[in-house]
Amino acid sequence: MASLIELRQVFFQECEEQLEDLTDGLTALEGSEDFSNLDPEIINRMFRAVHSVKGGAASFSLDAITQFAHAYESILDELRSGKLTLNQKIINTFFTSADYLTDLVSLGAENVEPIAAELESKIKDLSALSGSMKFGAGVSEEDDCIAAFTPLALSGEMQFPPVEDVNGSVFEIYFKPTLDLYANGHEPVQIFRELSTLGVLEVQCKFDRDFKWDQAEPAIEWHLALSTNQSESEILEIFEFSEPYAKIEISSKVADITVSAPIESVSKHPASTPTMEKPNAAPDPAGEVHSAEPSAIRSAISAAPKATVRVDLDLVDELINLVGELVITQSVMTQSITEQDGIGGRQLSTTLEDFKSLTRTIQEGVMAIRAQSVKPLFQRMARIVRETAQIAGKEVRFATEGEDTEVDRTVIERLVDPLTHILRNAVDHGLEDAALRSQAGKDRIGTVTLSAAHRSGRVVIEVIDDGGGVQREKVLSSAIEKGLVPQAAQLSDSDIDRLLFLPGFSTAASVTNLSGRGVGMDVVNSEIRRLGGRVAIISHPGSGTTISISLPLTLAVLDGMVVDVADETMVVPISAIVETIRPDTSQIHQIGPAARMIAVREKMVPIIELGAVFGCAPIKNHTNDGILVIVEDDKGEHFALAVDKIRDQRQVVIKSLESNYGHVPFVAAATILGDGQIALIVDLDEITHQVSVDQSRSIQSIEAIA
Amino acid sequence: MKIEDDSSNSEKFELITFSIGSQDFCMDIILVREIRGWTNVTMLPHAPKDVLGVMNLRGAVVPIVDLSARLGLGVCESKERDVIIITLIEKKIVGFLVTAVSDIIELSQTDIQPMPQMGGKKENQFVKGIYISDNKTLRVLDIASLAASMTTAQESV
Repeated sequence: MASLIELRQVFFQECEEQLEDLTDGLTALEGSEDFSNLDPEIINRMFRAVHSVKGGAASFSLDAITQFAHAYESILDELRSGKLTLNQKIINTFFTSADYLTDLVSLGAENVEPIAAELESKIKDLSALSGSMKFGAGVSEEDDCIAAFTPLALSGEMQFPPVEDVNGSVFEIYFKPTLDLYANGHEPVQIFRELSTLGVLEVQCKFDRDFKWDQAEPAIEWHLALSTNQSESEILEIFEFSEPYAKIEISSKVADITVSAPIESVSKHPASTPTMEKPNAAPDPAGEVHSAEPSAIRSAISAAPKATVRVDLDLVDELINLVGELVITQSVMTQSITEQDGIGGRQLSTTLEDFKSLTRTIQEGVMAIRAQSVKPLFQRMARIVRETAQIAGKEVRFATEGEDTEVDRTVIERLVDPLTHILRNAVDHGLEDAALRSQAGKDRIGTVTLSAAHRSGRVVIEVIDDGGGVQREKVLSSAIEKGLVPQAAQLSDSDIDRLLFLPGFSTAASVTNLSGRGVGMDVVNSEIRRLGGRVAIISHPGSGTTISISLPLTLAVLDGMVVDVADETMVVPISAIVETIRPDTSQIHQIGPAARMIAVREKMVPIIELGAVFGCAPIKNHTNDGILVIVEDDKGEHFALAVDKIRDQRQVVIKSLESNYGHVPFVAAATILGDGQIALIVDLDEITHQVSVDQSRSIQSIEAIA
Repeated sequence: MKIEDDSSNSEKFELITFSIGSQDFCMDIILVREIRGWTNVTMLPHAPKDVLGVMNLRGAVVPIVDLSARLGLGVCESKERDVIIITLIEKKIVGFLVTAVSDIIELSQTDIQPMPQMGGKKENQFVKGIYISDNKTLRVLDIASLAASMTTAQESV
């Protein structure tokens, strides 16, 4: 039953999308200003999402999901029909229920039965909202579930209150299919269903009862009347693919429409399952006419789902690898052709340029496939904020910006933990209590904003709260108390803010469920750095804190500085580089037999001989011919790497050394340069860590001198 | 350890023969992916002496082992004329530098004489049998254990 398993997988994948829709709708509802005058489209969309989950779950006998989705759906139905008026409490229950539904789905995916008591109580929570209390906990309306599976049932999910005020034009559409329409897998019902999303659609079917039995062409034609405010091109778009296989005539007349009494035997009763006859099926004497109301998707064009293809991630990764090799081969080729210049002439070099730009386009395109919008991540974070706010007993408004920003999949996955920490901190520490807030003249409800944006080739994710900002005295005294900074340290405001990232640091007076154990921000910092990113904190006392994460777009490519060290070529990640200097001998101070320091902007920075680290050259008696690359480690300490020469600054494709060999000390990965040679990418954190352990004693003595 | 699995029967299997200095060796051909000439390698810091470095094999980063040094026969001198046997061992691609590749032979397990006990020297550690043909002595190398020990040697650094 492999196919059933596959179907199940597809169901769970689709569930994710549906749940995303549901959460979207909830967020939209929460944001709407007037709860008594809601956009019906939003509720319809939510209803449909829950309904699809329920329908799918029922067919896979996932009873818990079916039951819960049913309860949810019933409440949404009441909301839709106006029996229930929305308030903040209901929205909160909706949110927690959506979260629970997500849990149920993930439990279902792992074939785990949920705790019955919890399910029961969650269903009760939902049904408690109901105005009529007409449904119980179980699946009482079995038939409703079944109706959803009747393939031709248009009514199943379209029981909308009639919307009579559709202004716009009426299009009369004549549709006569040819045999090819069916041969090419088109289904008129699908087309009509699509049409009905544009406006009020009346369908009249004419069946030629005198057709000959050996007649090859379908003996059926439809007359449709569509009242919509959409343009004709929208309609044509729907017919786009069926157009070659059918006779289609569209004529429009502008009118102010009320749903007029339909012509002839119109079944206007949405509850009765309409039968749309296929031409070769048993003929029904009377042409059936069906009327459907507009549904949600079209009206919110911005939210219209884009057509997507599901692709195995391994396939994409393989493609990325191959493109990486293509880029390398291309640069090897360019280099070898330029070396024997004059042979190819101008034409060769133009072709080469074209080839170069093509490969670059392909590379960008493939990278974009791997990219994903941060929306699912943000929705997950919304849940964390809600839960944290509940535990902390604070009212929090959660806003997101730039949800459509696309980032590499792996980056998104690895952002979950750091962002969770940051958001919990923002709610628990960042925002003040409601009482304090009103004292300070702020809105009682705190706001936490999560935003994402592309900025100069990197992704910047920011968590902004409008809380009290970092309490610097408290941070400083706490850090001194814990022995993290010396007693008499003179620190600037931003230095103090950065103390939050020190391991073991916490200001929370008591260890709570949420935070205060002193692990958190330092973990955030190291995790982000591992992704090649940087964390910054900007705080304004009284008005809030912004934590900003800057990340590379992808993990497969790295911006690096190509340097020469003792006849070897190495790559230093640009993200860590602060500056490069050509030092004057007078700036360099010899400390002890081996250690050397340089004064950079009134700070003493230890010099690391990169060649010595890799054991490939004896420490030379350095004159001022070397170049120092100043880098910053994850603790904000600066180090100067002595290199022989800076060759280039370029994007390099990261190649793992571990896959064929193993870990190499002080090396993060390898890459292939334009000449086909392998260059090692230095692992700065490992090097600087090693050095700070080795030199901690001598650094202290320097500080005394300086 | 394919060879040992087949030890019960006399099924033939193919081995590739090559020389290191003046000695002749052979190994199971199943493990061999390709044979190629010497190209410059990038050295790996803090690697054992017999790991010459890594090479770019069509986009893959492949470590190259000096088989002569690995077997304790001294560091290989004239690299430019030597060849590299690229092997795939347990999903890892490893290249071995040898002096020359000569032939492919077909043997059955019974043709191979077990290695006489001669003490735990490095060379004998990885030689699991001897085949004598005409006037040649072929040492059958257990290349999988050679490759496995590469990582352990490297981890102990």
